Amino acid sequence: MNTLDSKIPPGPLEQKWTKYRSTIPLVNPANKRSLEIIVVGSGLAGASAAASLAEMGYKVKVFCFQDSARRAHSIAAQGGINAAKNYQNDGDSVYRLFYDTIKGGDYRAREANVYRLAEVSANIIDQCVAQGVPFAREYGGYLSNRSFGGTQVQRTFYAAGQTGQQLLLGAYSALMRQTGMGTVKMYARHEMLDVVVIDGKCRGIIARDLISGKLERHFGHAVLLCSGGYGNVFYLSTNAMGSNVTAAWKAHKRGAFFGNPCFTQIHPTCIPVSGDHQSKLTLMSESLRNDGRIWVPKQKDDKRNPNDIPEDERDYYLERRYPAFGNLVPRDVASRAAKERCDAGYGVGTSKMAVYLDFSFNMKRYGTLEANKRGMHHPSEEEIKRLGREVITEKYGNLFDMYKQITGEDPYEVPMRIYPAVHYTMGGLWVDYNLMTTIPGLYALGEANFSDHGANRLGASALMQGLADGYFVIPYTIGAYLSNEIRTKAIPTDSEAFVEAEKKVSETINRFFEIKGTQPVDHFHRKLGKIMWDKCGMARNEKGLKEAIQEIRALREEFWKDVRVPGSANEFNPELEKAGRVADFLELGELMCMDALQRNESCGGHFREEFQTEEGEAMRDDDKYAYVASWEYKGNEWQLHKEELQFENIKIAQRSYK
Amino acid sequence: MNITLKIWRQKNGNDKGSFQTYQLADVSPDMSFLEMMDVLNEKLIRNSEDPVAFDHDCREGICGMCSMYINGRPHGPLRGVTTCQLHMRSFKDGDTITVEPWRADAFPVIKDLAVDRSSFDRIMSAGGFVSVNTGNAQEANNILIPKEDADMAFSAAACIGCGACVAACKNASAMLFVSAKVSQLALLPQGRVEAKERVMKMVAQMDEEGFGNCTNTYACEAECPKLISVENIARMNREYLKAQLT
Repeated sequence: MNTLDSKIPPGPLEQKWTKYRSTIPLVNPANKRSLEIIVVGSGLAGASAAASLAEMGYKVKVFCFQDSARRAHSIAAQGGINAAKNYQNDGDSVYRLFYDTIKGGDYRAREANVYRLAEVSANIIDQCVAQGVPFAREYGGYLSNRSFGGTQVQRTFYAAGQTGQQLLLGAYSALMRQTGMGTVKMYARHEMLDVVVIDGKCRGIIARDLISGKLERHFGHAVLLCSGGYGNVFYLSTNAMGSNVTAAWKAHKRGAFFGNPCFTQIHPTCIPVSGDHQSKLTLMSESLRNDGRIWVPKQKDDKRNPNDIPEDERDYYLERRYPAFGNLVPRDVASRAAKERCDAGYGVGTSKMAVYLDFSFNMKRYGTLEANKRGMHHPSEEEIKRLGREVITEKYGNLFDMYKQITGEDPYEVPMRIYPAVHYTMGGLWVDYNLMTTIPGLYALGEANFSDHGANRLGASALMQGLADGYFVIPYTIGAYLSNEIRTKAIPTDSEAFVEAEKKVSETINRFFEIKGTQPVDHFHRKLGKIMWDKCGMARNEKGLKEAIQEIRALREEFWKDVRVPGSANEFNPELEKAGRVADFLELGELMCMDALQRNESCGGHFREEFQTEEGEAMRDDDKYAYVASWEYKGNEWQLHKEELQFENIKIAQRSYK
Repeated sequence: MNITLKIWRQKNGNDKGSFQTYQLADVSPDMSFLEMMDVLNEKLIRNSEDPVAFDHDCREGICGMCSMYINGRPHGPLRGVTTCQLHMRSFKDGDTITVEPWRADAFPVIKDLAVDRSSFDRIMSAGGFVSVNTGNAQEANNILIPKEDADMAFSAAACIGCGACVAACKNASAMLFVSAKVSQLALLPQGRVEAKERVMKMVAQMDEEGFGNCTNTYACEAECPKLISVENIARMNREYLKAQLT
């Protein structure tokens, strides 16, 4: 396949989805009962898709590696979910959410997909409220909103700093309801290790029961990969320890193209690394930038306690550089600005690789407001502080506790120290408008696909996309494929393709045990992470990327010679699981660097040092690079296919937040 | 820091299991408890010994996967903190730390410190939901909910399903877990419609899974990493009584 058909419906932007949705072929209820769908991953995208498809009558199987569907990493999303409800009467609309998302993504996303996302956003909030998701509310009983980066309206719905948890538990409850009815069969503690392709169509998967170690073959008329992103290729990231690329990567090696692999989101506000033992990084939600101001001392190497540094000796560098958006610039911009200050020698903390996120100003403001509300006429400083603290606790209490727990410092008293960290991957499996990959019958939803966020995702949009894909897109678009599959009988899992796929998986597993090397899996993962962070992280250049490719190849070779995997295949063996995941990261890392190398421009999270404006902003090259880089796996090399992006409704321009 | 670890080792569900002692030097006070376990496991692997199996994932206190019984307390010594958020600065140089799995009939051991908590999923399947299909929903702001009710529902919904309440209870009762979901949905108008059916079914499933009875010791509340209140148990009892009487 040489040309990529995005299958974007014709017609005006505002009518594409509504019109297309009404013309997609349907599958009648009786036929749905004999069509089987496999869903891999139980996060927002997977759980919402599985529940919705089961409600429609399809037979669904769900696989997740955790011990329960409720533990998927969507649970850790903190700040909120965007929706174009315009409840705040501040000028929001479907068009404005669409526009902000395209601009935030630095003009590297598909217009039609993003417009559809904005259109269904309001339905998501309705659905979640109906499920009993306890969103934050105002005193009148109405839903509350807050601001997020890259926008000037308040469209983010939230539940303290635990929005992902509440949304996932909502989707999980819908999934459990179907499980109870028997329309969904759950396979927890199972990991997908290959997809099965027969006559060019995806027909099932090979999964490993993580407790017994047994390999299983599962047939499906369609397979949905909802397996999340690949940020853990960097070893240190805000992802969960188990988050991995394996499902997507195995599909890639069976023929699914990989889109924009180098587009990685580095989140500006994370707790800095504290030592070599560190296993993961913890995010401090973007919502904190609503009420926190970011600054560094104006003086280099200032060792004073931050509370002792007077106002005029502080550099609120985001407010200085970007007055229109201030602390609420998009993540890529905020991260680069933090790196710039630290590289220039203004960083704080012992490592000097951190900046302050300070709440004292807004704590005082809230305290005063609250005192007025309660009719206190001459509140003391202490009273204002206490009242302000109460407001902050209600909005972000869990985040402040988490910060204190990890750092041993109290953020109510001293500013937080934060630094950028890997958080999300915009790249992923290439999908068309129906969310189908280049393998017919194989779909990718949520963070696992590349589709909606271009080169940088806006905050509170990942939850929106995961649930949009699962609740409101796939239930319709899957009909386009399955309506032609109603005559396909379940393929026996003792057929050749299943046997071959299982044999391949089994051989890889055996190979791990045969190496009997000297180094544990984490040793290689840490090394890979360092290469990726240094050379394919927040800033990239040609020389570094070329070196990284060589270093990754060498590391991969070393891994396959010297890794030590203890135990055996037929038991609960977390080290074996890790080995498989790291083996895939060691291949993905190379592709990410190749992708970053071919894109001779800077856009969003992809910052090539050679391509920047005089002010140090990302410099795009729209004539040459307004395309999706879609990579086809060809044994030992990759072939690049380009999907040109058409901007018919938005005037493409230099992104400005000044 | 130098630490001595007494860790429960059990090959699988059929194995009897026993404590093994390990010495660990150079533990940094900034390490999380699980990072300390990572260091131990790397050491074991390099020495060709079997690493300790334990459940963990997000390492930021929200997924509910980590589950260690540390020095006789689920999730260790700090109130309102999961094992993954516990740091070695909470211990002293030279300490001996005992680590066990959750112990309850309804949570059989899989290996070492990892247990099977699928009974929780089955309780949720029995009724822990609002029966609304995708697409059924009305406009969100048509359902007004007093802020106080929404806040209370949220506090109950903050449960991470880790099972510490069961591990803490001398009867291995799951009342706090079940009542948190029953309460969340009972407090909201969306959940009222099925409130009776829900509480009956969830309690029946809880009993079927072999969890013990509640004898009001409140150990569950004391050990819950998310500080879920026993008021939820009282509310569930009221809901249950109401459901039986009508």
